[in-house]
Amino acid sequence: MIEAVGLTKRYGRTVAVNELSFTVRPGRVTGFLGPNGAGKSTTMRMILGLDRPTAGDVLIDGRHYRDLHRPLRHIGALLDAKWVHPNRSARAHLRWLARSNGLPRGRVEEVLELVGLASVADRNAGAFSLGMAQRLGIAAALLGDPQILLFDEPVNGLDPEGIHWIRQLMRRLAAEGRTVFVSSHLLSEMAQTADELVVIGKGRLIAQSGAAEFVERASGAAVRVRSPQLERLRTALASTAGARVRDEDDALVVTGLTSDQVGEVAAAQGVVLHELSPQRGSLEEAFIRMTSGAVEYHAEETGEHLHLGDAGAEGQR
Amino acid sequence: MNLLAVERIKLFSTRSPWWSMLAALVLMLGMSTLFAAVLEPGALEVAATQVGYDLALMVVMVMATLAVTTEYRFNTIKVSFQATPRRSAVLLAKTVVVAVLAGLLGEIAAFGSWGLARLVRPEADLRIDTAAEWRQVAGVGLVWALGAVLAVAVGALLRQTAGAVTLLLVYALLVESLVGLIPKVGQNIRRWLPFTHANHFVRGGGQPAEGGQENALSLPFGPWGSLAYFAGVVLVILVLALVTVNRRDA
Repeated sequence: MIEAVGLTKRYGRTVAVNELSFTVRPGRVTGFLGPNGAGKSTTMRMILGLDRPTAGDVLIDGRHYRDLHRPLRHIGALLDAKWVHPNRSARAHLRWLARSNGLPRGRVEEVLELVGLASVADRNAGAFSLGMAQRLGIAAALLGDPQILLFDEPVNGLDPEGIHWIRQLMRRLAAEGRTVFVSSHLLSEMAQTADELVVIGKGRLIAQSGAAEFVERASGAAVRVRSPQLERLRTALASTAGARVRDEDDALVVTGLTSDQVGEVAAAQGVVLHELSPQRGSLEEAFIRMTSGAVEYHAEETGEHLHLGDAGAEGQR
Repeated sequence: MNLLAVERIKLFSTRSPWWSMLAALVLMLGMSTLFAAVLEPGALEVAATQVGYDLALMVVMVMATLAVTTEYRFNTIKVSFQATPRRSAVLLAKTVVVAVLAGLLGEIAAFGSWGLARLVRPEADLRIDTAAEWRQVAGVGLVWALGAVLAVAVGALLRQTAGAVTLLLVYALLVESLVGLIPKVGQNIRRWLPFTHANHFVRGGGQPAEGGQENALSLPFGPWGSLAYFAGVVLVILVLALVTVNRRDA
């Protein structure tokens, strides 16, 4: 279990992470979703005690990372596959890591087998392809057989086979009851692997919810309607609870209602419809809209202007 | 103990420390042998067999700097601190391993140089039979160990190989001697500079016959006091490095 409370990181005047609070629970894959530069890596470095939070706190099973005895046995992480000495062999890299946490040498061979690097373990890590480097990073994360795992953009730059392998691995680790926290900037990727999502944009929490639920919301079923009696329809829809209406060419685009509901409203008013079509927006498009305009999104959601300081807190509800 | 083993594995699982150590050894043995071969019979005494020690020390300090700065360059320092969040322990273990290695290498280089000089000039009186002569040879290892500690500390402070190596070499090779050239105050400042004292420990206090620059400078301590002073300066910079490493983001 990872718990962040009011986690904040400032670099000079830049705020990288802003009062971020979330919980990562065991037994499932939790996706950490946000566009590049949203503060995902900074957050992960703070979880591992590498960067010191400006404010707030993050705990691993109730303890600070720095207070963990032999931390690799509690929490394994792959933050960047390039964090290896290029002239050191993969085996030597894992060997010093294992030694630092009192892990037996045999464990190095086990994880090398597990990630399929046993045959190239004596090659220098600098000669590895990105996929191999990624596997070496995962071997390092699994070294201490930890209950909690952190992966920062693990599928970046991998071929389809590698992506498939990593997805399977994360599912398996979660199924074993471990806590798996994995970041990505691709919603479509997370939709396939994560059970739960922590979504951030510009360092703030936008949402923490079930993955399916979030995807449903993000793809935001909009309904396009055309009618010769457009004004009457507009008035009727505007007075319907939860509906938001905007103009698009000679049609209305309604969000917050299903196409069934829009049809019923029209029928009740005796309005003739020339078109009634659900618009399934692209997942990624919707996600970009939500994260880049974090404030806009919430202003729209609550129907009132929000100050920057409220947006993060709003997202948690 | 695990951390010492970790640093040992790190150091010896790449090639550059081996090459650096070999270079330091060859440089010192080569210079000493060359000097022994050409010096006037009367001038060849025990202290003169250690002539290349300070130049070879620079190579040792480069090796010690690299032990830290390559970790920053390739970001393995983050992995190190992730595996061992007690950062002081990590840096101290690295310091101990590098210092012990530099010390051992220093002794090999010093006694090797002395041995080669005896081979080249069997007629010269090169027996080590006074305390001062023992210090002039065995002292090299102590100074190399302390120099390595200094280099690790500076490397941890600056994090970049180029910056740390430049600073160390320019300071040790140039700045201290140039300061002495400042009119009036120069010599007074120089009396308190660390490498002047390191040099005083290894070379000073032998037969006064040696003469030269070193003796012209009146130092506040004897040879062992000078070593303690050098060690003190190194310790202060090491503490500074430990504090900095703990405070900043990895």
